Formats: sequence, structure tokens, C-alpha cells
Amino acid sequence: MPKRIPTRQLIDGLLNGERLALARAISRVEDEAEDAARIVQAAFAHKGKAHLVGITGAPGTGKSTLVSALADNYRESGLTVGVLAVDPTSPLSGGALLGDRVRMTGHSGDEGVFIRSMATRSGAGGLAKASAEALLLLDAAGFDRILVETVGAGQAEVEIAAVADTVVVVEAPGMGDEVQAIKAGLLEIADVFAVNKADRKGADRAVAALEMMLETGGGAAQTILHHGELMDARAAVSDESGQGWSIPVLKTVAVSGGGVARLRDALEEHRAWLQESGALADRERTRLARMLQSLVEAELRARLERTLSPAQRQELVGRMLRREVDPYSAAADVVKRFAD
Amino acid sequence: MTQVNRNRIRVLIAKPGLDGHDRGAKVIARALRDAGFEVIYTGIRQTPQMIAEAALQEDVDVVGLSILSGAHMTLCPKVIELLHAQGQEDALVLVGGIIPDEDAAQLKAAGVHAVFGPGTSTAEIIAFIQDAFSG
Repeated sequence: MPKRIPTRQLIDGLLNGERLALARAISRVEDEAEDAARIVQAAFAHKGKAHLVGITGAPGTGKSTLVSALADNYRESGLTVGVLAVDPTSPLSGGALLGDRVRMTGHSGDEGVFIRSMATRSGAGGLAKASAEALLLLDAAGFDRILVETVGAGQAEVEIAAVADTVVVVEAPGMGDEVQAIKAGLLEIADVFAVNKADRKGADRAVAALEMMLETGGGAAQTILHHGELMDARAAVSDESGQGWSIPVLKTVAVSGGGVARLRDALEEHRAWLQESGALADRERTRLARMLQSLVEAELRARLERTLSPAQRQELVGRMLRREVDPYSAAADVVKRFAD
Repeated sequence: MTQVNRNRIRVLIAKPGLDGHDRGAKVIARALRDAGFEVIYTGIRQTPQMIAEAALQEDVDVVGLSILSGAHMTLCPKVIELLHAQGQEDALVLVGGIIPDEDAAQLKAAGVHAVFGPGTSTAEIIAFIQDAFSG
């Protein structure tokens, strides 16, 4: 087993940007170690300066390669980059194969880049369970820019909108037509679109479909429904000053670096817009509200587990099976026991 | 809840050196995933520096090196030296590939915990890792 660095030393190292301390701190938080809360608390108190950029899109659109190319681009300007790359945990074995680093091998020997792969574990919506906490740690470690790559997202994995300052939705030619583009979900959370692999046939059509979607929509949706709860991820797009953000659709060829400088510029423009419009504070408010919500839920869930023993649970399910009690009444009974 | 969120063993699977035969490494990576480990796969043509950096950033418990090129006697000790220098002397280092017996003995003396030759079952490797971390 890894030798244990004392918590205080770990926190000091993390705040000094020491790489081993950062790596071990992320593991502690991910494993919900007993000092995880202390570590996150310390990181929270040392808010850094990072711009959090989410990179999402369907599997195979080139997210990892684009993240790597963006990191190169930031490094050329002297900015340090933290990367969090999320891949799915197997629902069957609990294991995971984290393969994003295969496309991110060009940063060897560069202390200004830190790449961490993360399995989703029980997290949903395209991110890992401890993504938000890991991002706090990367921020506290002092990185200028943080790139978060989601799992290959389907149409509704929009959790990244609640975590990132700026969301890039990556598309590739041939992934769908105009009707795909006006469906709800992933496309609604983009601050910037990147049509990657733009050297391939159909790139112009993909750009046109996205532009048509943006034009017909008069900007993106203002709120998105997430887990049944309205999230004002887009609220500031049509702020009262009328200085809204107009969502660019950019072509990139990540593998050769084509268009990546323009994408980087768009991210910096969005960052400036977030600061000037006040949207940055709105996004942080949303982020913190959700963090609070999920911590409260986790605590309540843990207490609920303690309220009802497995035997009691089985007993209740048995009564449901015999139709002695209906699901609603059974649930109400459990909640009542919990509240008492 | 504690059951679901147990500490998961993280394993780096890397292929140092210049040969591009990564089928074995991929088979192992897949088998370890199915055994419930979190496997970080880094791909082919990795230098010892790249492997050590990945091991550090990913905070892995195990470093698995797949080598078929014959360069194991230079590559493995270098990886171990770098791991130790950066504070990861506790990582379990495993080597798979075509390694002559006399080399295997020397590698173990240099800090490699186990050498798995051709014909090793994935179950054997999984059991070795599980044993190392049980208790």
C-alpha cells in the first residue's frame, strides 16, 4: 500500500503545487478517506485562478486529442494546465480502463502540465463522483487553466455545465443531420462548438447544421432541466445589458493542431465575457449550490442507510411482494422512521 | 455505502521501448479492468520518464511494464529508479514479456516484484496483485 503522507503535510504540499501531494490528495478525496473533507476544506479556502473548461461530446469525436492540443497551445503562452480526464467505470466489475492518456503523451518532462485520469465510479451525467472536488484541488494547486474531459457523452450527459466555466461541445463530421442538431440535451449546454476532424468530408455540413440550430433558436436555451431541476447554466446569455455571448462554431483538426489556436482564443474571449458580464459569479453560484445539494444528499443517504437495516428492508420488500403494502406507503413509512 | 466506495487499486499499464506489439498489454489491461481494478493505459513507445510521470500523476499502486523488445535490463531499473526518486518506492512493479530466467532474477534484485513470462494466465497476475494488497 502507498505510504501514508500525513494530512497536514499533504495539504501544505498541495497548496504549494507539489505534484505527488496533489496526486495523493485527489486519491484521498476519490476514495472518501477519513481526511477527504479536511483536504477539500483546505483547497476550498485557497481558491485559485483557474479557468475551468469542460470538453464534452460523443465518443470518437477527438476530445482527448483536442485536450492535448489545447494544453500545448496554453503552454506556448506560458499558462500551466491541469487536465482531468474521465472515463466510465464498469457497472459489472467496478473496474475501469482509463485510456485518455494514450492521446496525451506529448507533455512529458513538462512540469506545467498535470494529467489525471478518473473513473466515474458512482458518478452520473458524464463526470466522476469526485470530479467537482478534484477540480477544487487542481485549482488550489495553482493551475491557470483546467481542462475537464467528460466520458464520451450521449445526448443528455450535461453535468459538465454545472461544473465548468466554459463548455466546449465537440462534434465530428457525419455524426448527424440538422434534426440531430435541434434535439434537446448536450447541444444546449455549449458555449463554444468545435467541429473536429474538420479535414474530413461533411465538416461544412456539420458546421452549417450547428449554425442553423443556433440561428433558429435565437441563442441557446436559458435554462436546462437537469435531474428534474432547472439549472441556470445559460441564464447570462441574454443578460439585460444585451451583451450576450454569441456561441461560435469552429473547425478544428486536433491531431495536427489545425484551428486549435482559434479555439483557444474563443475560450479566452468567453472567459473575458464571463468576467465582464457577471456570468462567472452566476456559474460559481450554481456550482456551489449543487455541491451543497450533493453533500447534503450524500449525508442523508448515509443516515437513511443506518435507519433501515438490510433485514428491515427485506421485510418491507417482502410485504410489498405479498401486496400487503404498496410502494408509496412503504416509502412513506421509511421516511417517517427516518424523520423520527 | 462503504462497500460501494471501497478504495480501488489503480494500475498503470505501460509499454516502454520501441516495439509496437501491444496486444499482450491490452489483454492484461482488459483482464484487470474486469477484475475490478482501475487501469490507466498509456500506449506504446513510452520512455521511463513518461511512465514515471504518469505513475505519479495517476497515483497508481501498481506499475505494469510490458516489454518484448529485449531492452528490459535497461528500461526496468530506470523506471524503478525514477519511481523511487519521486517518492513512489512503495509502488508494486510488475514486468510481463519475454524475459530470460537469469534476467528475471536480476530484475527482482533491482526491485521488480514479479516477472510474468509467456503462458502466464491473467488470473495468476490478478491473484498476485490482490495478494499484495490484502491485509
